[in-house]
Amino acid sequence: MLSAEEREEIEAELQRYPDRQAVCIDALLIVQRHRGWVSDEAVRDIAEALAMSPAEVDAVATFYNRVFRRPVGRHVIFLCDSVSCWIMGYGRVRAQLAARLGIGFGETSADGRFTLLPAPCLGACDHAPAMMIDDTLHGDLDPERLDALLDRYS
Amino acid sequence: MDTPLTQHIRPDREPLDLRSYEQAGGYQALRQALTLAPQAITRLVTEAGLRGMGGAGFPTGRKWSAVPMGPDAPRPKYLVVNADEMEPGTFKDRLLLEGDPHQMVEAIVVSAYAIQADVAYIFLRGEYVLAAQRLQRAIAEAYAGGYLGRDILHSGYHLELYLHISAGRYICGEASALLNALEGRRAIPRAKGVRTAVSGLWGRPTIVNNVETLCNVPHIVLHGAEWFKALGRGQAGGTKIYGVSGKVRRPGTWELPMGTPMREILEAHAGGLRDGLALRGVLPGGASTEFVLPEQLDVAMDFDSMATVGSRLGTGTMIVLDDQTCPVGLLANLEHFFARESCGWCTPCRDGLPWVQQTLAAIDAGRGAPEDLELLAMHTRFLGPGYTFCGLAPGAMEPLQSGLRHFREDFERHIRERRCPWGADHGDHLH
Ligand code: SF4
Ligand code: FES
Repeated sequence: MLSAEEREEIEAELQRYPDRQAVCIDALLIVQRHRGWVSDEAVRDIAEALAMSPAEVDAVATFYNRVFRRPVGRHVIFLCDSVSCWIMGYGRVRAQLAARLGIGFGETSADGRFTLLPAPCLGACDHAPAMMIDDTLHGDLDPERLDALLDRYS
Repeated sequence: MDTPLTQHIRPDREPLDLRSYEQAGGYQALRQALTLAPQAITRLVTEAGLRGMGGAGFPTGRKWSAVPMGPDAPRPKYLVVNADEMEPGTFKDRLLLEGDPHQMVEAIVVSAYAIQADVAYIFLRGEYVLAAQRLQRAIAEAYAGGYLGRDILHSGYHLELYLHISAGRYICGEASALLNALEGRRAIPRAKGVRTAVSGLWGRPTIVNNVETLCNVPHIVLHGAEWFKALGRGQAGGTKIYGVSGKVRRPGTWELPMGTPMREILEAHAGGLRDGLALRGVLPGGASTEFVLPEQLDVAMDFDSMATVGSRLGTGTMIVLDDQTCPVGLLANLEHFFARESCGWCTPCRDGLPWVQQTLAAIDAGRGAPEDLELLAMHTRFLGPGYTFCGLAPGAMEPLQSGLRHFREDFERHIRERRCPWGADHGDHLH
């Protein structure tokens, strides 16, 4: 069931669009903000609230890369793997993350701290290589300072 | 004022709030616009020669002219700001959104008034968190100040403005796919032939414009078409936010006269290549443009001049390829991106791009065969214009086909020597 808060936030979004289905993506992101990810149960809850079928909601949910259909760690690292970051040493950063956290793309560290995902160009190419951890952008990544950066996230 | 778009932007401080924006002359263009007939603004924008800065370069005034006007026009009408900056190597709209959110809001109200839109959406990529916060605040201030909502500045014009945070995927930058995303569907492009200006969001007249394009509009209203044209060098008018990334001394963005030569941007502004590196080529405007070669650097970076060297202005943010970076690896990276971001709707793109990417990755890893090059060249034709449902696949083929031509020798060496001549640690061969 949607929580009262989730329901309220979805209702607020409904004011901004002329039909209920339009809120589908916002609803997915709202539920994800509250629960960390979008479970099958969440898909059914949203479908019910928006008078859609669960299959319709899932078709939308699985299209967008910022909707998580599996549980993620406490922090999500979006590492840019696009061209400018690739030129500037994305590969070394990725190797360093793999060595330090023991994870590749799509995986969560054993301690549940980080999930690593690839991101298309983050629009920070003048500070390549770049990544986001949760809502914060980190640019000019240097493998030597990466450990200290990760230590700030518990 | 030769840098209208960035005049209030300072990297080291918060953007102007409503009060300071007003004190700096903000919302004067809106006041002026509201005294004009809507069509007069479209005419001004047409005369100024403003073109789409999201990559396609379509004349903005012409786009707007297709919107049904007058009391019988279908309603509501929509203006959508494409703030889904995701073209690899592109980081110019971020500057405008984070740096001067009120300029964005004013640009939206003025442009919406020109087409008599009732509702405007900013379609913002989810990763632009700081831009979202700053826009949200500017929108709230603008509502409180009477610049949005009912009866704007007592003109009788109403506009609601909403910020939509996207859930990802590059294809959302395609205008018709973006509309599907706004409607809460999968972001699959819509059939061509139906003009969104007539039937767009929920079947109503809709205009989609890029951030940088719209930000020019208030300045054109305030200072006129002639002033705008005179800002540019040569034939093209206005300014452009250019950017450079890659191994240059000072990567960054600069607002310069439209038509500034590529060499000047690379050398005077970006400081040239880092010590010990030589230039091999430049992707002038994001990942879906063709390489410009070192001997072509004197080309003016505007829409028409870029066509004379067989490329496109695109987004105007250049990606620099130096001689210590493997061109085959770079192309493999680009095609990996396009293969992943294909929306999957049409077969040539859905199946062809992964194939292209795997072939490139195999060549890069020393597992290529001589006939691969012909096969790749063939794919650049069959994934080119006319064979796919939208422009993603043809865009993906632009760097590849020019890369195959210009860096043929590098491809052949990979195949002959069965290894990457740049060694295994360029990008660690991870694509
Ligand atoms: S060309 Fe690619 S992105 Fe465009 S509609 Fe076809 S599959 Fe989708
Ligand atoms: S390519 Fe990584 S931020 Fe643009």
